[in-house]
Amino acid sequence: MSSDVRFTDFKSDKQPTWCPGCGDFGTMNGMMKALAETGNDPDNTFVVAGIGCSGKIGTYMHSYALHGVHGRALPVGIGVKMANPELEVMVAGGDGDGYSIGAGHFIHAVRRNVDMSYVVMDNRIYGLTKGQASPTSREDFETATTPDGPGQPPVNPKALALASGATFIAQSFSSNAQRHAEIVKQAIEHDGFGFVNVYSPCVTFNDVDTYDYFRDSIVDLADTDHDPSNRDQAKDKILESDKEYMGVLYQDDSSVPFEEREGIEAPMNDVPDGAPEGAMDLVREFY
Amino acid sequence: MPDDLNWAIGGEAGDGIDSTGKIFAQALSRAGRHVFTSKDFASRIRGGYTAYKVRTSVDRVESVVDRLDILIALTERTIHENEDELHDDSVIIYDGERSTMQDVEVPGDATALEVPLKRLAEDAGGAIMLNVVALGAACEVTNFPIENLDESLEKRFGDKGEAIVENNKTAARKGQEYVREEYDHDFGFDLECTDADYVLLNGDEAIGMGALAAGCKFYSGYPITPATDVMEYLTGRIDQFGGKVVQAEDELAAINMALGAARAGARSMTATSGPGIDLMTETFGLVATSETPLVICDVMRSGPSTGMPTKQEQGDLNLTLYGGHGEIPRFVVAPTTISECFWKTVEAFNLAEKYQTPVFLVSDLALAVTEQTFPPETFDMDEVEIDRGKVVDEEEVDAWLDEKGRFQAHFAAADGISPRAFPGTTDGAHMTTGLEHDELGRRTEDQEVRIEQVDKRQQKVETAREQEDFDYREFGDPDADTLVISWGSNEGALREGLDLLDDEGYDIRFISVPYIFPRPDLTDEVQAAEDVIVVECNATGQFADVVEHDVLQRVDRINKYDGVRFKADELAEEIKQQLAGEAGTQEATQ
Ligand SMILES: Cc1ncc(C[n+]2csc(CCOP(=O)(O)OP(=O)(O)O)c2C)c(N)n1
Ligand code: SF4
Repeated sequence: MSSDVRFTDFKSDKQPTWCPGCGDFGTMNGMMKALAETGNDPDNTFVVAGIGCSGKIGTYMHSYALHGVHGRALPVGIGVKMANPELEVMVAGGDGDGYSIGAGHFIHAVRRNVDMSYVVMDNRIYGLTKGQASPTSREDFETATTPDGPGQPPVNPKALALASGATFIAQSFSSNAQRHAEIVKQAIEHDGFGFVNVYSPCVTFNDVDTYDYFRDSIVDLADTDHDPSNRDQAKDKILESDKEYMGVLYQDDSSVPFEEREGIEAPMNDVPDGAPEGAMDLVREFY
Repeated sequence: MPDDLNWAIGGEAGDGIDSTGKIFAQALSRAGRHVFTSKDFASRIRGGYTAYKVRTSVDRVESVVDRLDILIALTERTIHENEDELHDDSVIIYDGERSTMQDVEVPGDATALEVPLKRLAEDAGGAIMLNVVALGAACEVTNFPIENLDESLEKRFGDKGEAIVENNKTAARKGQEYVREEYDHDFGFDLECTDADYVLLNGDEAIGMGALAAGCKFYSGYPITPATDVMEYLTGRIDQFGGKVVQAEDELAAINMALGAARAGARSMTATSGPGIDLMTETFGLVATSETPLVICDVMRSGPSTGMPTKQEQGDLNLTLYGGHGEIPRFVVAPTTISECFWKTVEAFNLAEKYQTPVFLVSDLALAVTEQTFPPETFDMDEVEIDRGKVVDEEEVDAWLDEKGRFQAHFAAADGISPRAFPGTTDGAHMTTGLEHDELGRRTEDQEVRIEQVDKRQQKVETAREQEDFDYREFGDPDADTLVISWGSNEGALREGLDLLDDEGYDIRFISVPYIFPRPDLTDEVQAAEDVIVVECNATGQFADVVEHDVLQRVDRINKYDGVRFKADELAEEIKQQLAGEAGTQEATQ
């Protein structure tokens, strides 16, 4: 780890193919800033991405990275971190990726509390497949596959996280660069699973949940007397479905990461040239 | 009396059948006798017929046969279930005082020994020990020194305290004395002991042990019969070597976690059975395109769908060979014996890392639940060799950077194998993806790059064909006109079946193939034979199909898909019928 790392060191030389104005630009910049400012460099960082416009983020960043299959980024991240706890692991995905096809993994990643961060670019739409309803789309949001709206309430990922035993839940907005980077930084610094839902508008397919909408409605928790260590307060805020908040909703300061509880100390990448010492005892057990 | 003895204990699931059988099997193994066990069990926890069978001999035994010499029947059904295997010299031990066992009818001239198991167990300190009373009775019948049982009882009950162990030893002796006093005659059995030292283990345990020997540090899985024992074996043991087992939320997570750990540099594995392989299939292509070394173990059971989860089948060959969309370079290795489960697991890890591909380790229920004795040196850890392939460290990484200093994780090397930098390696940072990518791992749809990368990944298989020895094992007469081919767990039954046929004057060559892909070319062997029979535990002959495909010649088949593994004598009979031109083997085994 070197101290002179700049956030641009995390930039790859691949030009993003996102639509001009897409919220994901801001989300990614904040992630890179947060990584650099928390003392990481590309050689000790592993970024795992899902599938979707959001998932392309791994391609535009420079670090050790894997761009996997739809919905399965979290288990990959858990495997990476457990096998080498010295790495900084960040998982990125979209609302469809994380809360639909990967919803099962989301709940279990939260409760497993491995020390990594999970940044979800929530645009309330499927971007890459060109505009179908996502699990966070509004009940009456009309799309190609839901001409009358999905007809079912959106999932509340923060409530899901809280109910699953999350130790860090935050909400961010990609266009508020300063705050966004700060929030992701807090997620990285949290000892455990740092979950950040980022409002990251899709300028092409979502004309409801726009920059203007979020700018007008979002309330920064830093401007309120919200106490993130108070789980009841967090619960109340999270369940206010008509409000959009920015900042850390909940943080459990006593969180101990899974891999620490499991006693994983060293990277698992060292293997001797032959069977490990004492291996013959494994055979003798069967006498 | 034949040289070997076939012994079984049967009852309801939940009666402690398994542990009782295992105590006896371990005692035999400790007494220097070879043991081969098999289990009949249903897919339920309590109730339902269960049996644990032990075949034992001073010589090696590698299969089950259709004969039962001693049967401990805890339920009447146990006798009916095994009726066909009993013969006139068989001895049946049961508790005639139990209300459910009053009207037991013993088939043929078999000897019925009524032993008040429950009453004697109560005398020894508790009815729960009635199985152990039966073991004591069996010792007397077979002339097997009861002291051999003591160590097994200590192993089984040691952590429950001295008193429990002593009570069990007493219970065994009560069974022994009862038979000695009430049935004072020679049953004609004699279980000779030797000085040999054996270990007794099953295929799942051998796979787990192989993984540890190979330096596997990360295992993630989701419980499923009959693969769960791999996970249970590793849990608690892998930690001693600095590793971890994670029980994932499903198989999709299991394989993706294992993939993540492998990318972080750990030797990593997951194991499941057919239904779990279906779920994992999604990720096969990612493992291959991201060039991540991963061992994926399929302990097959009877399908399709949930099928018969506790029954034997070799039905997933096509799934492991072809599973996944697109074209996926891979290795498919199938151990043929329990000791092979160990060695092929070690090899699987080396193949995975040398060629940076998924390796399917295909085992089956018959291997998984069967225990067998081996001299401990069969698993000589000094013989284990580890090859991690093209891993580059900080010093070597420069050689693989492009002109802009970027690490070429998917460098199109002539042998198809790129350098591998574990995360944390300075200057090795790189991206990889399931999307088609260039040498830097960046997404591309460029036609030339696509072809280059596909060719490069396929080249690994060609390189492996040149560098590795994907050979077969051979038994019998190499010049015989009849060639029998099989894969997986049938080897033991075939070897013994062919010995039986040999005694009757049949001359047969037997080839056992542990490599499904790449596999040995059998063209010369098939063409040299007059009759070629491929033996496998499935209905359609999946391996026979690939042999026909490779050799461009029709072969005969013996298929068994009734959920039960091949038995040596039954298989010999089938082969005889085939050679005599009698069709209808499938009916014969249904
Ligand atoms: C197994 C599988 N099913 C479906 C798809 C097609 N697919 C690609 S991206 C996507 C939705 C992505 O939505 P979201 O996660 O919200 O990301 P966004 O594109 O909006 O950033 C879908 C359904 C796929 N790639 N894989
Ligand atoms: S489709 Fe939407 S989410 Fe995708 S790049 Fe364009 S603006 Fe961004």
